[in-house]
Order: sequence, then C-alpha cells, then structure tokens
Amino acid sequence: MSLKPKDAPDLGRFEWEDPFRFEAQLSEDEIMLRDGARAYAQDRLQPRATAAFREEATDPAIFREMGEMGLLGPTIPEEYGGLGASYVAYGLIAREVERVDSGYRSMMSVQSSLVMYPIYAYGSEEQRRKYLPGLSRGELIGCFGLTEPDAGSDPAGMRTTARRTASGYVLDGTKTWISNAPIADVFVVWAKSEAHGGKIRGFVIEKGAKGLSAPKIEGKLSLRASITGQIVMDGVEVGEEALLPNVEGLKGPFGCLNRARYGISWGVMGAAEFCFHAARQYGLDRQQFGRPLAQTQLFQLRLADMLTHIAMGLQASLRVGRLLDEANAAPEMISIVKRNNCGKALDIARRARDMHGGNGIAEEYQVIRHMVNLETVNTYEGTHDVHALILGRAVTGLQAFF
Amino acid sequence: MKILVAVKRVVDYNVKIRVKPDGTGVDLANVKMSMNPFDEIAVEEAIRLKEKGVATEIVAVSIGPAQAQEQLRTALAMGADRAILVKVEGVTEPLTVAKILKGVVEAESPDLVILGKQAIDDDANQTGQMLAALTKRPQGTFASKIELKDGRAEVTREVDGGLQTISLSLPAIVTTDLRLNEPRYASLPNIMKAKKKPLEEKTAADFGVDPAPRLEVVKTSEPPKRQAGVKVASVDELIGKLKNEAGVI
Repeated sequence: MSLKPKDAPDLGRFEWEDPFRFEAQLSEDEIMLRDGARAYAQDRLQPRATAAFREEATDPAIFREMGEMGLLGPTIPEEYGGLGASYVAYGLIAREVERVDSGYRSMMSVQSSLVMYPIYAYGSEEQRRKYLPGLSRGELIGCFGLTEPDAGSDPAGMRTTARRTASGYVLDGTKTWISNAPIADVFVVWAKSEAHGGKIRGFVIEKGAKGLSAPKIEGKLSLRASITGQIVMDGVEVGEEALLPNVEGLKGPFGCLNRARYGISWGVMGAAEFCFHAARQYGLDRQQFGRPLAQTQLFQLRLADMLTHIAMGLQASLRVGRLLDEANAAPEMISIVKRNNCGKALDIARRARDMHGGNGIAEEYQVIRHMVNLETVNTYEGTHDVHALILGRAVTGLQAFF
Repeated sequence: MKILVAVKRVVDYNVKIRVKPDGTGVDLANVKMSMNPFDEIAVEEAIRLKEKGVATEIVAVSIGPAQAQEQLRTALAMGADRAILVKVEGVTEPLTVAKILKGVVEAESPDLVILGKQAIDDDANQTGQMLAALTKRPQGTFASKIELKDGRAEVTREVDGGLQTISLSLPAIVTTDLRLNEPRYASLPNIMKAKKKPLEEKTAADFGVDPAPRLEVVKTSEPPKRQAGVKVASVDELIGKLKNEAGVI
C-alpha cells in the first residue's frame, strides 16, 4: 500500500508571509472585503499617515471616504447602511487600516463598535433609522463617552448623572479621553440615572445641545492622526427619545467594548506586520561589517519571534471571530486576544524600531509612529493588566480588582 | 448597447513567480491569483461607458478554472451586471479562448467586446486579434481612448510612433492598453451586492470547442540572474569597455 499524502516524508513549502496558510481559512467574501479595505488603506490612507501624525491633523473627510468604501459598521445589517458582514470580515478590515496607522483604525472602531453598535443593539427603531445610515456613510461622526477623569479602569465609579425632568433628562458630568469627540455630531454617553435606581444608562446626544462642549485634548504624543477630547455636560437637557431603551447597567458599555476590543486584537496585528516587514527589509538592505544585518543571529532571532507572535495572534483572533459569528464567544476570550496581541504588537514595534538603528527614529521609516501609537492601544479599552485581572478572575473565581 | 468584457484569472502582479523544479511551468500552489490588470482596465472602461449612458448592460466572461468565479465576482463588484464562467481546467491557449469567446459573442450579440491587450501570465497578446478574425468584426487594439458615437467606435491606439485614431463600425473588438483609464476599487457594499448578481456556468463543450492545448511547452526556466557590475577608474576605461566588451559604440 502506498503512503497516504499525510504520511509522505516531504511536507509542503513554507511561506514566511503567511506561515499557517491563514489565507486558506478565509472565505472568498472575506478575502474580497479584506482586499477592498487594503486597496483603500494603502492607496488613500498610507500617503497621508506620516503628515497627519506629524501635524496632529485629523481629516474629517476620512470618515466620508471610509463610509463610501463601506468600512463603517460593517457588521450592521444592510437595511441600516451596514454590510451585514461577519465579525471575521470586521477584523480583517481593522487589520488593513491599522497596518497604516492605529489612529485611523481608532476613528473607524469608535464609529463602528462604540457608536453604531449600541444604537443598533440597544436603540429604538426610530434611533436606528435616525442615526445609523448617516453614521455608516460617514456623514455623521460619532463618539463614545464612558471614561471619566476619576473613572478609568473602574467605570462603575463614574460621576456623570442623568436626572429626570418633565420632558426627559438633564445630564451633568465630564468624560475624558474620548476619540472623535471634538468633531463629533453624535455622542453616545453613559450616565448613572437617578430615575433608574442609579443604574448606568446610555443616552444619544447631538452636537449643539445646550451645555454640551467637547474640547480637544492637546499634547498627545501618540495616536496623533486621531483627534481626542473631553465631553463636558453642564446641565444638558435631552428628551425621552435620547435614552437607549434596551440596556441597563455596565453590560451596555461592555457589549460595545467587547466588539471594539476584538477588532483591536486584529488591528494591532496589522501594525505589527508592518513593523515586521519593515524590519526584515531594512535588515536585508542594510550592510554592516560586510554583510546584511539580516545575516546575523540576533537579527534573525528577533524576526523569528515576530513571525511567531504574529502568526499565533492572527490564528487566535480568527478563532474568536468565528466564535463571535456563531454567537458562541465569551468576553474572556476577547480579553485573551486583546491583551496578548496588543502586548506582542507593542514589543514587535519596539524591536523593529531598535532594528532600524538610528534610522528607526525617523518618521520616514514609520516604525516609531507605530511604536508610540501602540502604547495607547495597549492601554485603552482595558489595559494589559486589567485584562489579566479579568482572566485571573475567570481562572480562580476570585476577583482581585479591589 | 451591450458590452462584453473578458477577464482572466492570473498570478497576482505582486507575486514573485517560481518555476516548478521540473521546468514544466510556473508553480501555482498557494499563490495569490487576481484579475489580469489589463482586464481590470477593460471592466472599468465598460463601467464608464455605462455611467455615461452609452452602454446599458455589461456582461463579464471568464474562461478558466472554477476559482475564476472570484475574478468574475470582482468584475461584478466593480459594476458589471452579470457574469458567465466557461469552465476549462489547465492551460487556456489564446486560440481556445478566442473560439469560446466567439461562441459567447454569438449567444450574447454584444455591440462591443473589450479585452485586455494581453494577460500578464503568458503575455501572448493574441486573443483579441484572434477573436476579431473569428467573428469577422473590426478590431482596435492597444486602446488608450474609446469614444462611441453614431454607431461607430473611435479608438485611439498607442503605436510606436505616437497615437493613431481609427474609426470602427460596431459591433467591434477593442483591446485595452495601460493608459486607457485607472480602474476603481470595488467598495465593500458593492462586493456584498455582487453576490446577488447572476453568474452562469458553462463548459467549452457548450460552445463546441475542444480546449485541449495545441502547443507543447518544451521548457520553462528562470531568467538569468543579474550579474554584478564593475567599477571603472576612468572615462577612458569606460569608453574602452563600451567599445571592446559591450560593443555598443
């Protein structure tokens, strides 16, 4: 009896750019959506990224471009302006955009997972019809207010309140580190509502509401292509129709954050791949001591580590994405991939910066931009350590947050 | 008016191709495949003619393996209305493709057929011309501009000396050159919508064509590796080398 193919002594050929034949695990649709996102990101975003970071300039037109390309709210059903695409497709899009810059991916993630998702999942039919089509086209820009000056990793400690009035609610409080806020038209804000027993409720506020302002946070040395601000609410009056009717408690914001964090786990792998490819090319081109840097053991060790961490990170995110698409994912799975992939991507970017030698600090080589961006991405949406506590609690059954 | 565009599934232009160790051809295992770039230009031109209100229907056709439906989906996502896949496994030679396309042309009666001037895999640059001969339709090859008016196609062609403009009676066959247009990307919503557009499957036998190759590939080999250059010490030495070694002056 001849050997079965799986038992043949010769194995297949290895492709360093796709170590685990990742491509073969994607559907034809997913590949087409990914390629569309990549073409847009490389042709339209990449040429602007270096200057946008240097000048700290957020171009609101990018939202409309992303909307035209269909990158905003891809998992939302088509009747509300989305694509009805899978969570795997959403992840693949995030990876392509963050391959260019984490700031651009942040702008997109906030709009998709933190603004469109809660309006779709927790909103009334009127709220969906009113906001989702404009948000999906990028004609409306959205932001998400959860974090406060004194409530970061502990969102339950928020101080923003909603008090009942004759015709609706009045909101008071300050949110900070809010992506997109200074240019936002639609604000999804979480507040403790006295009328709901002090439970956390979501509200949709529109730009121009009396008492609402969104000052820009100046002096960020990371994610400079993505504008960040505060949301200051000084007696902002809203009608009953501003309340997101279908969710109560912290599970509201966490439902959004789970999806955004999942997308981040893919996005950072795009940034890491950029840094890995750049370091490899630099090592092949740069001659020192009469040979390419890439022909030294230390350089190869680092490339081998990058290759390994990226290959494994992508596999893990793909698995979680498939489980999300089967409605069978748990938040702890997302903590694993968010934490692991951000931490690994940051390590890879720092290494890649180092492997570029002195050139690594120049904007032209782009690795230092990814490196400082990833400092933010490792921290926001649940820091590396807070996700460890989520996992530690799952392992032991004992919470160690406080 | 109806436009037929032909698209071929080829190795992506970014891929560094590898010759199979036994020299029988190019290794296609786990290699990224895409639509032939000249065919993308053909699809784009058809869409622009439709957007101008000149064309009313765009039919994309591909002759190749079952996976060529991916390239047809791309054409549909860009804006073609429907697609036809004529399944042929293995090598598709220009004459085979032209004969099958003749069958498609007879079935569909398009007013204009637009093809890439050549496919970037075999670089044959024959299919459009063969199709014109087989269908006895006028041909405008290497088009850098197409204008349709009064039942005729005015085609500007890139020729060695410059630009040549010819006027063809319709129906006609046009092949695209690089500078005809810059193809658009399919937006993601259009990619999703393309799934709902009709894609019909046919075989070569449906058009009475035997797709068996008529040509025998004797050998495929890598191009010779580029040799290292030399540094010359003086202009005189350079001139000497150009005269005596390179023989160019």
